Amino acid sequence: MKYVKAFGRFWWDFIVGDDWTIAAGVAVALGLVAILVDRGVNAWWLLPLAVALLTGVSVWRQTRAG
Amino acid sequence: MGTASILIGLGAFLACAVEMVEALTIVLGVGTVRGWRSTLIGVAAATVVLAVLVAALGPALQQIPIDVLRLIVGALLLVFGLQWLRKAILRSSGYKPMHDEDEAFRRERAEAEAAGGERRAGLDWYSFTVAFKGVLLEGLEVVFIVISFGSAQGHLGVAVVGAVAALVVVVVAGVLARGPLERVPENTIKFAVGLLLTSFGCFWGAEGAGVEWPGDELSLLALVAFFGGYSWLLVRALRRRRLELAPAEAGA
Repeated sequence: MKYVKAFGRFWWDFIVGDDWTIAAGVAVALGLVAILVDRGVNAWWLLPLAVALLTGVSVWRQTRAG
Repeated sequence: MGTASILIGLGAFLACAVEMVEALTIVLGVGTVRGWRSTLIGVAAATVVLAVLVAALGPALQQIPIDVLRLIVGALLLVFGLQWLRKAILRSSGYKPMHDEDEAFRRERAEAEAAGGERRAGLDWYSFTVAFKGVLLEGLEVVFIVISFGSAQGHLGVAVVGAVAALVVVVVAGVLARGPLERVPENTIKFAVGLLLTSFGCFWGAEGAGVEWPGDELSLLALVAFFGGYSWLLVRALRRRRLELAPAEAGA
């Protein structure tokens, strides 16, 4: 069990890193894009805007945290 | 050769170059202090593991339907690429220290000198494990990028060629310099790789979710320009904020 946890922790740190809100935000944004496409809206603009917003908030928060 | 192929080759080359510069520092630090035999066996063992991963996972992923693959790979690449980009923004704006190869080399040498002399299977175990772990961990990021690029766009060959070319360049430069490559503009390269990973992740993730990009592959260039310009604005804003806060902190 210890090794499974360590393995999971390694891949979490490797891909997600120190700010899980980025991963959660990307998942939500991709879900919204899929819903809009399903309703006939070619929402190509949504993901770049969401990524820009998530990046800005993340670095701003990190600089405030010191 | 299309826009995507050129950017994939470039991305794999830059990512591999910057990771291999870091791996080279570790290998040189250990090898120059404790000898080369066990160190190079560690390097070779890690290289074999990485090559097997690419050879096994690359073709296996191509069996998955392309839209599903692009959605998953795009999302992972986007999250992974944003780590690189955020760190590059924080470094450029002065909120995070720049990576210093010379300092890393000195630290690696000091640790190698202080370590014990345990031998296993005829190898200096410290040299072997440090070289193996260093190359494997740095190389894993390259493997992740090469496999993502190769599988999502069907250009595994281009990505592998880009990565191998970088490996050759870094090894030759390291042998010629006989020391860490501290003059390589690592932080700038990391910024460029972060931009490329984020742009590709965005492109494939949205495409996997069903989006049709205006201009198809050409929109990749627009994404790189958009994220590049936005990152530049963020760096400027954060630098200004740091300078404004600095006198206040000094007076406190």
